[in-house]
Amino acid sequence: MSIPSDRKYAESHEWVMVEGDVATMGITQYAADELTDITYVELPQVGTAVNAEAPCGEIESVKATSEFLSAVDGNVVEVNEALADHPEYINEDAFGKGWMIKIKLTDRGALGGLMDAAAYERHIADG
Amino acid sequence: MNRSPLHDIHVQLGARMVEFAGWLMPLMYRSIVDEHNVTRTSCSAFDVSHMGRLKITGDDAFSLLQRLCTRNLDGMEPGVCRYTHICRADGGILDDVIVSRYDGHWGIVCNASNRDKIVGWVRKHAQGRRAELEDQTIATAMIALQGPHAVERTRALLPVDLSGVKRYRFTSGVYMMTAYSIFRSGYTGEDGYEIVVPAGVVKMVASRLLGPAGEPDQGIKPAGLGARDTLRLEAAMPLYGHELHEGVDSLSAGQGWCVDLDKDFIGADPMRSLKESGLKQTLVGLELDGRRTARHRYRVRSGQRDVGEITSGCLSPTLGRSIAMAYVGVNDAEEGTELTVDFNGKPNPARVVKLPFYRRP
Repeated sequence: MSIPSDRKYAESHEWVMVEGDVATMGITQYAADELTDITYVELPQVGTAVNAEAPCGEIESVKATSEFLSAVDGNVVEVNEALADHPEYINEDAFGKGWMIKIKLTDRGALGGLMDAAAYERHIADG
Repeated sequence: MNRSPLHDIHVQLGARMVEFAGWLMPLMYRSIVDEHNVTRTSCSAFDVSHMGRLKITGDDAFSLLQRLCTRNLDGMEPGVCRYTHICRADGGILDDVIVSRYDGHWGIVCNASNRDKIVGWVRKHAQGRRAELEDQTIATAMIALQGPHAVERTRALLPVDLSGVKRYRFTSGVYMMTAYSIFRSGYTGEDGYEIVVPAGVVKMVASRLLGPAGEPDQGIKPAGLGARDTLRLEAAMPLYGHELHEGVDSLSAGQGWCVDLDKDFIGADPMRSLKESGLKQTLVGLELDGRRTARHRYRVRSGQRDVGEITSGCLSPTLGRSIAMAYVGVNDAEEGTELTVDFNGKPNPARVVKLPFYRRP
């Protein structure tokens, strides 16, 4: 499985790509594969404040319903509206068209606790 | 943890294995939705070796089973099988099983999760009777072939004449020293067969069904427990641990069709009383607005009033709609009743619909 090196990863399998003071977030392909066919995502509304390691949405798959945790602190500035009709984008392309939310960072502290691609690869190999 | 005799084949096929009732079984091979759709449009092979296979012998085998089963087994000829419940004295469901009549003995196929309980229950009630139970689960294996093409494909792939085997009938025999039973039954809402053979030869049978190596198009595609669950839910077939459990009786579970109250069986008295006084709750089908999946134990409401609980739900791959089964009070069970399902404090509109959600054309 190829893990993009242009972003950071949380232990709970979210990815974060920071450009300026905006972080784009989604779940990793590994997490999407584990969840199996995703059928619905409940995302926070634009303007909602989110906190690192706290739930900010839900992901439903054929198998189970799981929480979606934020990996950073900030306010939601955009959500991927396409997922409402096409939640399968997350299974098909978790690192691309399956992105979930964009967050304007209020504190960059949480970024320091995230892993790079190599560390995340070891993390999933360790189960 | 028990492993199916087909374990190595599952791993070779890239299955994701999960623990289920003490067994390591395939959840899926490719995608649950794809495996579901293949079963609805063509044919799939499921390893169901985890299910309990019990043999009942002795002159009193029939009277013992008549006493234990909600269904009347009178008049069952050899080669016939029937779905029935086995209940406690208070009517609580111990298991739902398939009972089959062989020439000289009887068979029970029970749920993996209830096997120890049913073995113990049957043996307890066999005391003082000329009846004995032999648990053949580990010595045998079971494969289900399900789908609109299952009958034709199975007949082409197996060297056994299945032409006379109608629904809920089975045939048994010996082919090249291999004892087999082939049932025209299943748990997907599709036509098909369930095959029982000795554990030692099942890999050979599976290879034959899956097609020669390198030519998978010649064979039947495998499907896992994930698809089996969404398939049975569309067909409104109850699942033990969800729709069925010891706290509910067969009538409230909407399975009165497999209960003969004119017969004497364990659990009959409380069910007769219940029929007289009227049911308090009943199993219904719900269709939800939107795409969200109602999970086991989510609450069902009518306005602010709590009226029941979800037992199973999924985004139906065949219908493209969110479906669920639920226990609700009888006054809120009429078809068309508008209810809501509670998602973490958010009410999602739903309505009572007729079961099953899917019936094969």
